[in-house]
Amino acid sequence: MTNPEGADAAEPAADSTADSAAQEDAVASEANAESAAAVTMTSEDAAPGEILLRVTDLKKHFPVTKGVLKRQVAAVKAVDGLDFDVRAGETLGVVGESGCGKSTMGRLITRLLEPTHGTIEFEGRDISHLGTAGMRPLRRDVQMIFQDPYSSLNPRHPVGAIVSAPFKLQGVRPEGGVKKEVQRLLEVVGLNPEHYNRYPHEFSGGQRQRIGIARALALKPKLVVADEPVSALDVSIQAQVVNLLDDLQGELGLTYVIIAHDLSVIRHVSDRIAVMYLGKLVELTDRQSLYDGAMHPYSKALLSAVPVPDPRGKAQRGEDRILLQGDVPSPLNPPSGCRFHTRCWKATRVCKNEEPPLLQLRTGHQVACHHPENHEDQRPEDTELLSVAEKTADELDSERSAIEQRDREAVGKP
Amino acid sequence: MTDLSKTGTAPGEPTDERSPAGEHYLDVRDLVIHFPTDDGIVKSVDGLSFQLEKGKTLGIVGESGSGKSVTSLGIMGLHTVGQYGRQRARISGEIWLDGRELLHADPGEVRKLRGREMSMIFQDPLSALHPYFTIGKQIVEAYRIHNDVDKKVARRRAIEMLDRVGIPQPDQRVDSYPHEFSGGMRQRAMIAMSLVNNPELLIADEPTTALDVTVQAQILDLIRDLQKEFGSAVIVITHDLGVVAELADDILVMYGGRCVERGSADKVFYEPQHPYTWGLLGSMPRIDRDRTDRLNPVQGSPPSLINIPDGCAFHPRCPYADVPKGDVTRTERPELREVGSGHFSACHLPREDRERIWNEEIKPKL
Repeated sequence: MTNPEGADAAEPAADSTADSAAQEDAVASEANAESAAAVTMTSEDAAPGEILLRVTDLKKHFPVTKGVLKRQVAAVKAVDGLDFDVRAGETLGVVGESGCGKSTMGRLITRLLEPTHGTIEFEGRDISHLGTAGMRPLRRDVQMIFQDPYSSLNPRHPVGAIVSAPFKLQGVRPEGGVKKEVQRLLEVVGLNPEHYNRYPHEFSGGQRQRIGIARALALKPKLVVADEPVSALDVSIQAQVVNLLDDLQGELGLTYVIIAHDLSVIRHVSDRIAVMYLGKLVELTDRQSLYDGAMHPYSKALLSAVPVPDPRGKAQRGEDRILLQGDVPSPLNPPSGCRFHTRCWKATRVCKNEEPPLLQLRTGHQVACHHPENHEDQRPEDTELLSVAEKTADELDSERSAIEQRDREAVGKP
Repeated sequence: MTDLSKTGTAPGEPTDERSPAGEHYLDVRDLVIHFPTDDGIVKSVDGLSFQLEKGKTLGIVGESGSGKSVTSLGIMGLHTVGQYGRQRARISGEIWLDGRELLHADPGEVRKLRGREMSMIFQDPLSALHPYFTIGKQIVEAYRIHNDVDKKVARRRAIEMLDRVGIPQPDQRVDSYPHEFSGGMRQRAMIAMSLVNNPELLIADEPTTALDVTVQAQILDLIRDLQKEFGSAVIVITHDLGVVAELADDILVMYGGRCVERGSADKVFYEPQHPYTWGLLGSMPRIDRDRTDRLNPVQGSPPSLINIPDGCAFHPRCPYADVPKGDVTRTERPELREVGSGHFSACHLPREDRERIWNEEIKPKL
């Protein structure tokens, strides 16, 4: 923010939150912005586009122990070297199959887990190894929305107590009293404020998820990490919650990290998308480039596997569909080199021996692959396909010819 | 019976689509499944009718609690006699399978059909497979109940089926226990088990909901191939419109235990005639298109099956409930009427209004 207008721009945003505390913050940040002038922003509120969270070489290995002495015999490499940034005001979507480490990643950046290796910087401050006390002030800024609205709310507490817990824990006294603020929050997420004294079991799944969202928003966080926020909900309710998250982001200027396995939902909500496979990032780019031209074979296969509600395009999709063989290997003993080589139809010798680094191949498009799709080959000299790849390629061919055969038969019929 | 001359210009006047019994391979007529509980009667299925031919796939779509699974269990005859022979559910209607009526048939006869003529794939393979027995043993059991063969033959058959559904090294994996399989492989094993007797009717209840997308694609492909191979009739029950679009020839949309719309996949996806179907389509984020501004979900939540709203079960959530519909009152239940060839919808909205709303308001936003 180098121009004086930047400071003005912060004001309407503060107005919309209609809260004096936020205004004070905004005033403080204005002052900071002025004093910092052209220097990089170090103020409390990162401006849109500034880096809010930076993760460097993040790893989390869960030990596997054996015997009475709890000797460590192996480690589940749930997250094994992640590098990415989250910019203020954006939504980063994280996708991957179950077991790829996306939830562990979410718990690491909210520091519900301590990383084994690497750093997490929030607003420029290293939070990777802060203790409970050290994290407490930061908990106001980083909040989480959980997947299961049934187990994430205490069944013995009324909604009022659940949503006001953050105020109590942080010693915050909202203007107008806690009760009034909680009722305002309930209204914001589309619940009836009079339900203040009801218990979670009196609400439906979608309403419970809204309670969880109200709780996460209570302290006006900067970053909200949502782990599968809609996967437990019915289609129509899912859409309501997606819309709600969307509206809240617009109103409150939130930054989201949304973790989900549903690529349609991710496409709808995200600005940038990270694709994970076995604890690694394989591709990180903005929404448009991922869905229009995924470079990593895994992303491409993942996208092509999603069933599309469009029966007329079925035949075309059948041809384009890439059916991956087998299941995700165990993170206990991940494959050497590129972790995807055991299922990839392009895998060559180099894929087995050498791990591809996450490189920026186009502006804002990072990929970890030796032989990317929609881009020139990184290792053109290496052409010898691995046996898996040959088999997969064969199967793809035979599948395609089977489809052609089927189509021909269909045409032949009256 | 509503007065049709006032409510619309439905071409197929009679809602009574009765044809002689046995004309269709599967013919479900006016199926009602109610469960009496302490809180009241749960009306899980409340007057459902549909037909299915061999070689065709019917997709049943609806949200949780719309009666999809109860319907499938009802067809399999699993609600008829409860544990210890007690009748737990109140069932009426008729289910005709290949010219035989099942609902009033002798339970012993139905039992002979179950697993041989009709079989089922369940949502969660871990709870549908017995954890104490090997996969092979469970498949062998299913085979030997209906076929008088010795264990060796049955075991060969089990290995053959495991191979067919794409389990690697079937001759070794046949001796594995369910917990030794991954989610996708368990689902494959269950498909192998349900297909071991070449059933002619296969009911898949949320077959891929518990699976990852890449594995889901494999399983959907497998179901499609097997259907081609065996020519069976398939019912796929799911809440995922993508899955039905991939598999189904016909689609039945359920809401509050009733069918609100039924027709070919093409009709239901491209010319839907019921506001609930519009809502479902509007709720889905699309992977094949860039985002439109916001989703257009149905407001509110699904009704309780104990207290299904009077009249159209959808009217409290329907944005068009206030559109004038002649002298139809709110408490009048809309009948399923033919709105196009083989396309049925249960809605009081006059035809012109329906078409106008779909073309002008809903379609552009999808």
